[in-house]
Amino acid sequence: MDVRLSPEQVALRDTVGRAVARLGPHAVADLADTDRRAALDAAVTAAGWRELRTASDNGEPWSSAVEVALVASELGQGLADTPFLGPSLAADLRRYVGAPPATRPETVALVSDLSRPAEGEDGALTAQAVAIDAQGAGQALVLADFGPRCLVGTIQLDGEAAGADLTRPSLRLRAGARVAPLEDQALQVLESDVERWHAFGLALTCADLVGLMRGALDLAVGYAKDRRQYGAPIGSFQAVQHLLADAHVLMEGSASIALHAAWAVDALEPTESFVAASAAKAYCTRSARTVCETAIQVHGGIGNTWECLAHVYLRRALLSGEVLGGVGASLSRVLHAHDIGVSYGLR
Amino acid sequence: MDFADSPEEHSFRLRLREWLAAHNPGLPPSSTDDAYWDGQAAWHQALHEAGFFGLSWPLEVGGHGLPSVYEVILDEELISAAAPPRPSVGYLVQGLLEHGSPDVQRRFLPGLVSGYQRWCQGFSEPEAGSDLAALCTRADRDGDHYVITGHKVWTSYSDAADWCLVLARTDHEVPKHRGISAFAVPMAQPAITQRPLRMMNGITREFGEVLFDGARVDAANMIGKPGDGWRLAMTVVSHEREPGELGYVARYGKSVNELVRRVQASPDSFGSEPCRELAWALVEVEMLRCHVSRRLSDRLEGITHGPEGSVDKLLMTWVEQAVGHAALAVDGGAGGDDTSLKLYLYSRAQSVMGGTSQIQRNLIASRILELPTS
Repeated sequence: MDVRLSPEQVALRDTVGRAVARLGPHAVADLADTDRRAALDAAVTAAGWRELRTASDNGEPWSSAVEVALVASELGQGLADTPFLGPSLAADLRRYVGAPPATRPETVALVSDLSRPAEGEDGALTAQAVAIDAQGAGQALVLADFGPRCLVGTIQLDGEAAGADLTRPSLRLRAGARVAPLEDQALQVLESDVERWHAFGLALTCADLVGLMRGALDLAVGYAKDRRQYGAPIGSFQAVQHLLADAHVLMEGSASIALHAAWAVDALEPTESFVAASAAKAYCTRSARTVCETAIQVHGGIGNTWECLAHVYLRRALLSGEVLGGVGASLSRVLHAHDIGVSYGLR
Repeated sequence: MDFADSPEEHSFRLRLREWLAAHNPGLPPSSTDDAYWDGQAAWHQALHEAGFFGLSWPLEVGGHGLPSVYEVILDEELISAAAPPRPSVGYLVQGLLEHGSPDVQRRFLPGLVSGYQRWCQGFSEPEAGSDLAALCTRADRDGDHYVITGHKVWTSYSDAADWCLVLARTDHEVPKHRGISAFAVPMAQPAITQRPLRMMNGITREFGEVLFDGARVDAANMIGKPGDGWRLAMTVVSHEREPGELGYVARYGKSVNELVRRVQASPDSFGSEPCRELAWALVEVEMLRCHVSRRLSDRLEGITHGPEGSVDKLLMTWVEQAVGHAALAVDGGAGGDDTSLKLYLYSRAQSVMGGTSQIQRNLIASRILELPTS
């Protein structure tokens, strides 16, 4: 065991961090700067970070989930308003069915409470669904039964993406929307594939949440050092210090369990990796909400305004928290792994 | 980045597993049952003699010189075997390794590591709790000896100890942090009185208080130089805050697994609330296992004695108290077997001992977040 990052992993992390520091939003007003966002989008495209889970020559992904999680964490920390989670999940799903990488932007669709992948049957979506991280995406992938075989289906996306997360808008899909088979898929989706894919998605959302916590905490600590009341920086008061200290501890605990979840995706059996990811998801989701709420509280009145970035972190945390299962679903899955309670099914 | 065993680690794990299958003494937890102490020394000695204790400590003091991450394997296997956790003496070992002279290390560490010499830690006093540097136990030079007078409290394992690592004031003229020295004091002398403290859950052997009424200690038993006591204390408490040093992952893992078995045995008796508390306890323990893996991996670059122990301490406290809440929810607290009630009540001490949670937050705020002082 040695869970320190390799020099290559550190270099990847730092590269992503620099890109998002340069091109990501530094104020709420920056979110409306379409030139900046296009530049960030182009930088992420050029770096190929969305294709890390496409198949290499031997069929395995180019990068382990740990590397993808490092990218996700840096993008989360910098509130990167460019697709990553959705395209990465789509690329991972394509690999399981032996389909070639996407030739145009795509994402995945989840059931309406986001807790698991959306499903199609007989060429139609079985229920309302949501295409997550849908900015600029032309289609969303779903799991679909075509006759006796479970395959990957596609839904064409049309409409303006929106939603709670100001950096990664979603698109609602109506029940019965047309689901077509993904072209050139050679293999059927197995239950174990879905489980590992789901674990990968959970690990990515955990990494995003860890990054968000770091970003929100940096914002709040910086503010606490600058903002003065009673003739002193508010960060000198124990009441404020203890809020921030707790937030730091939650972030560190989350980083540890999220790192394990990312490692587990490729290293453990699918069922074990799914449980590891579910435990991490429960912990990170609860922690991230508290940390973001703390960031708002430390900012006082300003923290409750649209102009303060704190709510952008919180909004992104709320979405990442629910994607592929939030606290409730994740705790049920942990219990189910210990033969307690009913399954909060995968599909 | 790899949580998996290397081939060497894996064969170590298998050897350990095989040994534990035959040598688990089945002791109750020290936090809920005084009977633990009747078997604790034998457990410590057996674990050490079999080659499974002091894994990452130097060979010269009876350790095994293995990479720090072997301690995680030990904790994981102790959980799987439902065996008692490893004895929590690591913080004393780290203190002596960092501050003790070669002579002190040679004389004291092998006995401490092997479990044949029992130690306690005389730091806190009735008027020096969080403000430890305000301690007023005094050590006065008398020829080749020091004479110690004072009152120590919250002294864990004082009833079983052969030695006490005592902080005492040797210089009354300098600022309070600089006048403190540390001594290894033999407990078997008439001038030392030890008495148990009964905790709110009823146990009496986990904590004691110790009265020094002119106790004598050889000047050669001073750890470090006169006035070095505060630095030693800070090293010791920084590691006393680390679950990786204490082996507490195994402690909590064992407790939560027992709760899981209880619920599995009659699943229909438990509603959604106890199940949810249990799920959180499972998640918290898993978090701590991962966190300790991360912190002990960082030690592969060499040990540090920094403020990160305060982060560990708060995480560890939240885990223990989540397990306590789960125990309460699963067993209903007031009825039937009171082990869970005891476990829960004991968990409240974790946010006080080794530095309160409030002190840890102060340290994180000033030394990690670098917030200004008021």
